[in-house]
Amino acid sequence: MAVCKCTGEQVESPQDVQLNELLDHYRGYAGGLIPVLQGAQEIYGYLPAEVLETISQELKLPFSEVFGVVTFYAQFHLKPRGRNIIRVCLGTACHVLGGSKIFQALKDELGVENGGTTEDLRFTLESVACIGACGLAPCIMINDDTHGRLVTSALKNILEQYK
Amino acid sequence: MPTVTLTIDGQQVTVPKGTTVLEAAWKAGSFVPTFCHDPELTKPGACRICVVEIKGARNLPASCVTAAAEGMIVETASPAVIDARKTILELMLDNHPEDCLTCHQAGDCKLQDYAYFYNVKPGAFGGECKNYEIEDDNLFIVRNMNKCILCGKCLRACEEKQGRAVIDFAYRGFRTKVATALDKPLADSVCVSCGTCVSVCPTGALTEKAMLGSARKWEVQKVRTTCPFCGVGCNFDLNVKGGKVIGVTSNAAAPANGRDLCVKGRFGTDYVHSPKRLTKPLIKKNGEFVESTWDEALDLVASKFGEIKTKFGSDSIAALSSARCTNEDNYVMQKFMRAVIGTNNVDHCART
Amino acid sequence: MSNLKEMRSGIEEQYKAKLNRPRIVVGLGTCGIAAGGRKVMKAIQDEVANRKLDVDVDFSSCIGMCFAEPVVEIALPGTPSVIYGGVYPDNVNKLIEGHLINKTPVTEMAEIQIAGEAKPYDGIPVMEKSGYYAKQVRSVTSRLGRTNPESIGDYIATGGYAALEKALAMDRQDIINEVKKSGLRGRGGGGFPTGNKWQFVHDAVGDKKYIVCNADEGDPGAFMDRSVLEGDPHAVLEGMMIAGYTIGANEGVIYCRAEYPLAIKRLNLAIEEAEKMGLMGDNILGSGFNFTVRIKAGAGAFVCGEETALLNSIEGQRGMPRVRPPFPAHKGLWQKPTCLNNVETFANIPFIIRNGGEWYAAMGTEKSKGSKVFCITGKINHTGLCEVPMGITLREIVEDIAGGIKDGKKFKAVQSGGPSGGCLPTEKLDLPVDYESLTAAGAIMGSGGLVFMDETTCMVDVAKFFLNFTQLESCGKCTPCREGTKRMLETLIRITEGAGVPEDIPKLERLATNIKASALCALGQTAPNPVLTTLKYFREEYEAHIMDRKCPAGACAALLNYTILADKCVGCGVCVKACPVQAISGEKKTAHVINSSTCIKCGACVPKCKFEAIVKA
Repeated sequence: MAVCKCTGEQVESPQDVQLNELLDHYRGYAGGLIPVLQGAQEIYGYLPAEVLETISQELKLPFSEVFGVVTFYAQFHLKPRGRNIIRVCLGTACHVLGGSKIFQALKDELGVENGGTTEDLRFTLESVACIGACGLAPCIMINDDTHGRLVTSALKNILEQYK
Repeated sequence: MPTVTLTIDGQQVTVPKGTTVLEAAWKAGSFVPTFCHDPELTKPGACRICVVEIKGARNLPASCVTAAAEGMIVETASPAVIDARKTILELMLDNHPEDCLTCHQAGDCKLQDYAYFYNVKPGAFGGECKNYEIEDDNLFIVRNMNKCILCGKCLRACEEKQGRAVIDFAYRGFRTKVATALDKPLADSVCVSCGTCVSVCPTGALTEKAMLGSARKWEVQKVRTTCPFCGVGCNFDLNVKGGKVIGVTSNAAAPANGRDLCVKGRFGTDYVHSPKRLTKPLIKKNGEFVESTWDEALDLVASKFGEIKTKFGSDSIAALSSARCTNEDNYVMQKFMRAVIGTNNVDHCART
Repeated sequence: MSNLKEMRSGIEEQYKAKLNRPRIVVGLGTCGIAAGGRKVMKAIQDEVANRKLDVDVDFSSCIGMCFAEPVVEIALPGTPSVIYGGVYPDNVNKLIEGHLINKTPVTEMAEIQIAGEAKPYDGIPVMEKSGYYAKQVRSVTSRLGRTNPESIGDYIATGGYAALEKALAMDRQDIINEVKKSGLRGRGGGGFPTGNKWQFVHDAVGDKKYIVCNADEGDPGAFMDRSVLEGDPHAVLEGMMIAGYTIGANEGVIYCRAEYPLAIKRLNLAIEEAEKMGLMGDNILGSGFNFTVRIKAGAGAFVCGEETALLNSIEGQRGMPRVRPPFPAHKGLWQKPTCLNNVETFANIPFIIRNGGEWYAAMGTEKSKGSKVFCITGKINHTGLCEVPMGITLREIVEDIAGGIKDGKKFKAVQSGGPSGGCLPTEKLDLPVDYESLTAAGAIMGSGGLVFMDETTCMVDVAKFFLNFTQLESCGKCTPCREGTKRMLETLIRITEGAGVPEDIPKLERLATNIKASALCALGQTAPNPVLTTLKYFREEYEAHIMDRKCPAGACAALLNYTILADKCVGCGVCVKACPVQAISGEKKTAHVINSSTCIKCGACVPKCKFEAIVKA
């Protein structure tokens, strides 16, 4: 819900409209919780508490269960996220080929820890177990792009591409 | 009914088809410990303390979720089973406060009992131990999640018996915790404090707040009684120490309610010894209540009733009685109204 | 039924016409894209447009040579097509100039050639005889890197949906018998005979049955399923449909991990195209058989690769495994009989139905039939995807296909089966790769990840890495896995940090044995394998860490000391600049020293020294 600037009333934001459409699609659909959460996270960028409560009411699921599902899966976030998500692979091959150095360099460059978001909401930095591009280790994923065979000196240029 | 016959610890036992190995083992007189198993709840097979050795099985199956089968050969106390159980207990103890000395649950705690039975000591592996804040802002229940062994009985009882699902597992792996929505305190959740979760907790993770510090488990005398609050007729055990009621625990054997109670029954007996309770009649004299004798009070009431009846007629008087009174008392009340006062104006708080 | 036959001839014509034109094909699997394939594609398109060349620019998926990415194929009609590796926007021109305009292949960039009936070029290995492919078979991977995965036409023209057509005319039990005859076993790692599983689901009583495809490939070091989904999505769909027809299901779900966006995109496209052509949906090919497939994207939980956790996740719950039995074949999705197989298993089905079970069973060993796709990664020369007949030895994989260990170093171990598997040493290199042999050695076949390690890899560190993984991915439901993997990890961390005590080894062994015996699901039951196998084969490394406070491989930073050899150091000062913490000091032109208390053991100085004067020990 957004608050109207002139009247101070609660009004439906465009995001709420999208959420309602999403819920309409999945109401009464067995096993719809995870796709709804994925969709809601697409809409809001993360999963705000009041959105979770709406989802629980609309899908007629206990709020505690919704919360349990959200906190089980690594993909869901209860806090706002950066516009660009950097996922540093620390899988076997990347680990062996220096993935943690890449990770450290990114932490230093962005000034955030694992799971942290830069203040300007430009980047969120995370580690992942394996992104399945082991032949290109060490590698990272930024949004849906994979960058492989990395050396720390190349990181700055790569980050530049994401605003 | 079709049956199966299996051998448990060298003894043949015949049980109805569909019986679990655990139930069969108990029937055969074997000791098998359990944490997450509860006959009234679904079976997650999660705690693994009830593992047994079954000839031909690759691993040690959890007996609570393994169906007894014809010809099965089961060992409930083989060296492998004992070692696995000890390991599980060691792992639980290493992630549990070592405060049995002052723990309210001491003496009625499965973790403590099994650790004693299997001679398991804390500190086998050491390492990180969970450290949550103790939650006691709820009126009736203290939640100490540090003592939780994640058997999940509380959340299954909440969902399956009470239909509430106030709590569920949250997070995962070593960080798994039983939590309300958004991991808020119970006081900020939709919990109605029925306390069913407390009644199924095998450790000191969930305790009745009022009883904390009031008695060791072995000092408590349990007195079965019927709940005075409403007409359902729930049974429970008054917990009595030194002739004083200190609280209530529910009892699975109660015919109407089993271990379930409502907030009033489970947590509402504090009035028994309340200093605010009236023990002598009070009569208002010169605008203030003054202690009196029963004779004086009853004389006053009788004379006033007489005056009112003479002046305004029988139907100007009505009586409202209480559901907390016994049937006999309520019978006498209505008889008195009809026969002595002469009116049908009787009613009861539990009528609507 | 005649519908597809009619369509097929037209489609085949089109496909032939496509092959009869000059073509440049860019490998655009996730690996190719990651290596810069899209930029290469763009550069090629620009170049072709600028020069107004009469050539088609197409894309394909991953042919398997990850080491050579970005990969580009150039095919001129009547001549062998050549697959080039290491193609970047700045050398695209060279390829076009050489191969396309001057009709002379650029030998130094060529990896392999596919000659077919044409006369091979000199100086370029022919695929079937090349180091990487000579010992491979290309069955389930046959379309990878060879067809356009986003074109149903390419799929049909290369024999696609012929198996479905054939199956729809077969008796259901005959299909099961054929799968049984093939000897195909679950390629997700369990190795359960697929035909038997289908028989169970076929025989199970239920008003509704489901087909579920496990595409939640999560093992670090494994990307077989991703490659198959990206390179041949229709084969997976066709396999699922045949299974659906056979066991009596008309709904299929593919549970694909969210980290595979390209696979999900191509699957969605494939479903759409198949539906458009009447190959999916209602009354498929006029047979009266209905089948739909939907994709369920995972949400980031490794444990959902475990079949019962996967089912819970599809149902919208926490991905916590269920107790088995009942098995999914009897009570699966929504408690209905469910046929659950992984990507590679389903993708094999069309080939088996088309060529017959006996054809498939001719490959492999007595108990492990057919071929298996592996991902070979780590410290080897040729990282990538390979499909080999079962029974090939680990030595053949590492020495022939992988081209040996990188930088001439010594092979030390191979981890087979990801976090559930084990590390096998040199002595086990002649082990045939099949379900039984690997399990007997303490590892598992797993889904097909093989990570090779050299002498600089510390095996305690490797065990620690895997335990960290399983510990983070444990669902938390059962005590042994939730608490036990944490304690194993803590012990391993202590050992690698030089704080281990001798009792740690027996404690680890006891804990591992009991977790294996008592955990609820396969994740927990196999989580101790990396520790047990490294303890079995590399015990002396554990002992060196604990007793001598040394890491023999020189990998555990806490146990390392960097020193400068005074006789080699010329005092140039380059290392001083490289050190991020100013731990190196010394007068110009005299031997420098490293202050071990400030040194953070990052190793940044070592490669900077031209005189090899800095050593770690």
